[in-house]
Amino acid sequence: MWRTLTIRLGPGLLRDIALVCAADGLVGASFGAITVGSGLPLWLPMLMSVVVFAGAAQFMFVGLIASGGNPIAAVLAGLLVNARHLPFGFAIGDVFGRGLARRAVGAHLMIDETVAFALAQRDVDRRRTAFWVCGIGLFACWNVGVVAGAFGGTVISDTDAFGLDAAFPAVLLALVLPSLKDRSTRLAVVVGVVVALATSPLLPAGVPVLLALAGVLVTLGGTPDEPRDGARDRSAAPRSHSEDAT
Amino acid sequence: MISPLVLVVATVVLGAGTFAFRVAGPALRSRVTLSDRAEHLMATAAVVLLAALVATSALLEDGGFAGVARPAGVAMGGLLAWRKAPFVVVVLAAAATAAGLRLLGVP
Repeated sequence: MWRTLTIRLGPGLLRDIALVCAADGLVGASFGAITVGSGLPLWLPMLMSVVVFAGAAQFMFVGLIASGGNPIAAVLAGLLVNARHLPFGFAIGDVFGRGLARRAVGAHLMIDETVAFALAQRDVDRRRTAFWVCGIGLFACWNVGVVAGAFGGTVISDTDAFGLDAAFPAVLLALVLPSLKDRSTRLAVVVGVVVALATSPLLPAGVPVLLALAGVLVTLGGTPDEPRDGARDRSAAPRSHSEDAT
Repeated sequence: MISPLVLVVATVVLGAGTFAFRVAGPALRSRVTLSDRAEHLMATAAVVLLAALVATSALLEDGGFAGVARPAGVAMGGLLAWRKAPFVVVVLAAAATAAGLRLLGVP
């Protein structure tokens, strides 16, 4: 099994995924510790991490509840933070594979890191394998970390001291960077990032990131990078595989 | 303190709503046939979302500026990634930069 994966993904990509999983486990441990440390019940971080499985929303929910916030407001805040999964799924929905079970489990494993790892792979098989390996690995590490943190207490409550808060944006940045070679993508990203940063002080968390999608609209009006005729178009956009869209 | 029942219901509702977002994308996608150009746009949309996440999580915290150490760490990672450094180096350097700056008293 391990050998098959090594052959399919290469030792480099497996190691990269393992590193992100390990870091995610540490953040999970801090989530467990912080949640229990703020007086919430022991089972809450564990239940959340299985049922919700989205770090940013979980931290936000627990933060609001622990500071005496209204549970309905906490749920709504968490949902806003998680709304980005809809466009994510629309973009990479073909990586889950066929069948109801695969689609349902695949959808649940879809988080920022799995999307980024899948998007960074060129061919369809590799994308699919990277998505599932990363998704299952992250789910396992995150939940093990949360259990350890919930029981272990405040040993690793401050992951900022290890710079993990800088590591996760860097993970996504490294995975996204190759896509920025494309000029129209770069333009969309610049506009989107400016919109997200400018609206962040005014709007609840999650909404600015969604508004960044306005950057995509900018590329609609302009002339596309690649010519629209068949053959060259396909070479310019290696990620589109029409045979897979059925 | 909020009762355990309320916490369970809130967690399940948040989980169900999140799952609804997650399955809606692939479900909508399977109903439409996308042209190559539309597929490219979808991939661009995902990249834009991820980049916006990078920018907001690197620079901001609770709507305010996140300090110096975190953006500096992410910038170091970005620079190394741009210079084609291995992924592991990128991630560890980002963490080490932020952690090192904090050790020196930089917020």
